[in-house]
Amino acid sequence: MSKRITIDPITRIEGHLRIDCEIDGGKVKKAWASGQMWRGVEQILLGRDPRDAWAITQRICGVCTTVHAIASVRAVENALDMEIPVNAQYIRNLIILAHAVHDHIVHFYHLSALDWVDVVSALKADPAKTAQLAESLSTWKGNSRHEFAAVKDRLAGFVGGGQLGVFANGYWGHPAMKLTPEVNLLAVSHYLQALDIQRKANKVVAILGSKTPHIQNVAVGGVANSINPDGQSVLNVERLMAVKGWIDELADFVHNVYLVDVAAIGAFYADWTGYGAGIMDYLSVPDLPLDGKGTQFALPGGYVPGGDLTKFKPITRFGDPYFKDGVEESSKHAWYKGSGPLHPFKGETDPEYTDFQDNGKYSWVKSPTFLGKPAQVGPLARVLAMAAAKHAPTLKYLTQVLDTASTVAGTKIPLAAVHSTIGRHAARAVSCSVQVDELDNMWHRLVDNIGKGDVHTFNKPEFPKGEVEGVGFHEAPRGVLSHWVVIDNGKIKNYQAVVPTTWNAAPRNENDQPGPYEMSLLNNPVADPERPLEVLRTVHSFDPCLACAVHVLDVDGSQKSTVLAGCFSPSNQCEIGS
Amino acid sequence: MRIVVLGVGNILLTDEGVGVRAIEELGRRYQLPPEVELIDGGTSAMELLDDLANCDLLIIADCVRAGKAPGDLLRLKDEEIPALFRTKLSPHQVGLPDVLATLVITHEAPTHTVLFGVEPESLATSMSLTPVVGATLPHLVDAIAQEIIAAGVPITPC
Repeated sequence: MSKRITIDPITRIEGHLRIDCEIDGGKVKKAWASGQMWRGVEQILLGRDPRDAWAITQRICGVCTTVHAIASVRAVENALDMEIPVNAQYIRNLIILAHAVHDHIVHFYHLSALDWVDVVSALKADPAKTAQLAESLSTWKGNSRHEFAAVKDRLAGFVGGGQLGVFANGYWGHPAMKLTPEVNLLAVSHYLQALDIQRKANKVVAILGSKTPHIQNVAVGGVANSINPDGQSVLNVERLMAVKGWIDELADFVHNVYLVDVAAIGAFYADWTGYGAGIMDYLSVPDLPLDGKGTQFALPGGYVPGGDLTKFKPITRFGDPYFKDGVEESSKHAWYKGSGPLHPFKGETDPEYTDFQDNGKYSWVKSPTFLGKPAQVGPLARVLAMAAAKHAPTLKYLTQVLDTASTVAGTKIPLAAVHSTIGRHAARAVSCSVQVDELDNMWHRLVDNIGKGDVHTFNKPEFPKGEVEGVGFHEAPRGVLSHWVVIDNGKIKNYQAVVPTTWNAAPRNENDQPGPYEMSLLNNPVADPERPLEVLRTVHSFDPCLACAVHVLDVDGSQKSTVLAGCFSPSNQCEIGS
Repeated sequence: MRIVVLGVGNILLTDEGVGVRAIEELGRRYQLPPEVELIDGGTSAMELLDDLANCDLLIIADCVRAGKAPGDLLRLKDEEIPALFRTKLSPHQVGLPDVLATLVITHEAPTHTVLFGVEPESLATSMSLTPVVGATLPHLVDAIAQEIIAAGVPITPC
């Protein structure tokens, strides 16, 4: 008998994502992804000064504030066809990179690791054996027997006192949990260490962005940081040296802990390289511009159709028509008026709510396409494009993660394994390794340039009479982000943001093709529909910036149980059996 | 003594932003000593961990659905807070309770926490508060100021 599972928001306002799955024979046969919250934020921007848009758009999403600020100023700068000082690019790049490293560490350890790691099982681990295993994989200073024993004691204290707190109500003991107690203890220890290390990334953003979580230093035309190597309360030598110290600590953790853990945990779940591929047309954009105009980038990006690296086509500059002309959005299955896919410059955001209709409209998320087809975005798309472009550091870390995983698994894991649920985690760790190195490179570029006497950070924008339009793209942690602006006599006439989660959580498009989440869930195993951990594994592997809850329904539509599953951690799970 | 006043909410969703507006207003109306820190948390989560670690008093200003009349002001302290957090209606709810739970496992939780909640009238897309919630804003700011003074840190209006 087939069953339908609904991963639904807790409430209309709170939850943003709903996933419906039809399950038959222990596998997902059909899936629907539905955005449950209308994001009409673009309408707030109409008629406003384009120089203010970045500060407003960074409020769109609480998880990734800075990325919208960056995409917004780039869109306006593209519309004005203006250059910005290289110092401004470097400072923006440092913020972009620190944010990305923060986001990837937090995603793996604090948002998704507990889909794979059984915290309670760690209590059965032998700290000495854990240390032996850890030391065979990495030289990380936090891998001592003493450290693991201390974490085990701490954990026992939480469990004994009934105070699991952030670890409460996970899928402990679920049949899909496969790690040994020792690997579980290793992962829990690194979960705790990652809590500390992620703060260093946030400090980099805070120093350069003047504030976090909402950066203050961005401006159309550059950044508002004043640079004076000897000055007080500006970007001076002392602050730059503090930033460098945090970068070094982050690099140590990412290379010696994060990348290694993903490979080791992935090896225990090698069967998950067979699930979750979904859409294999991958889109990314180049980022970390090295010149004022955005024609040279530290990291390449582009389109990899069918996952075939030989068919890679790069996107080469800001405003590249290959990207600019290739994007459309369809509302056929989304709760908006209008027919036919529209280019974002012509995009409309006019709501038309119906019920959830399996074959009709069922989402507030529009369905974007590149060259008429759905595309997967995110770290996997980014890593594949960089590998296709023969970016040496990417190839190095990709080889390293596959080699480590192969050693632990005792069998050769090929590159093709990355087209999967677990592969998205591996790609994220590879991306993070590349980005943390770029953080160091970018710091040196900035310091060298200041050393040459260039302290220029801002060019004043000039708004022409009449209409201009521009696109700002950014390779955000979750993938391609693009802001599209039409400016008429210095005021915003139209504004559209096509965000990474829109690409991945897209509903069916104009041709009724399912989006990346929907495709990736097909044939996913589900051992226990009461506790659909496997569905969450695949959805979480995309790093959705959404909260979701699971409602399990019988075929007759009666609700059997509700499991609330925040993406942040399992601590929001409750109400089982209600 | 370290006091953190955290305003949370989304300023693009009408009354959802009342907590952030309260922080802005508090900063405008009062001269604050270094031991009082104002944080516009927006809808963030883990980014706040460092800022919220090891404070003596955490004051949270937020929009809260408690089934009261729009504009009603609610004050909760310490153990009264978690239960409400689990049932309230807000896009950032997934984040903040988790941050607070995380501070417990890192032994950096605030000694005391006070939550001021304002019942919203509208969560539509807009950057202005509704008149009824706007009318509560000065009272919310006064209440936060009183809480700081009661904790032993004298603050004066500008």
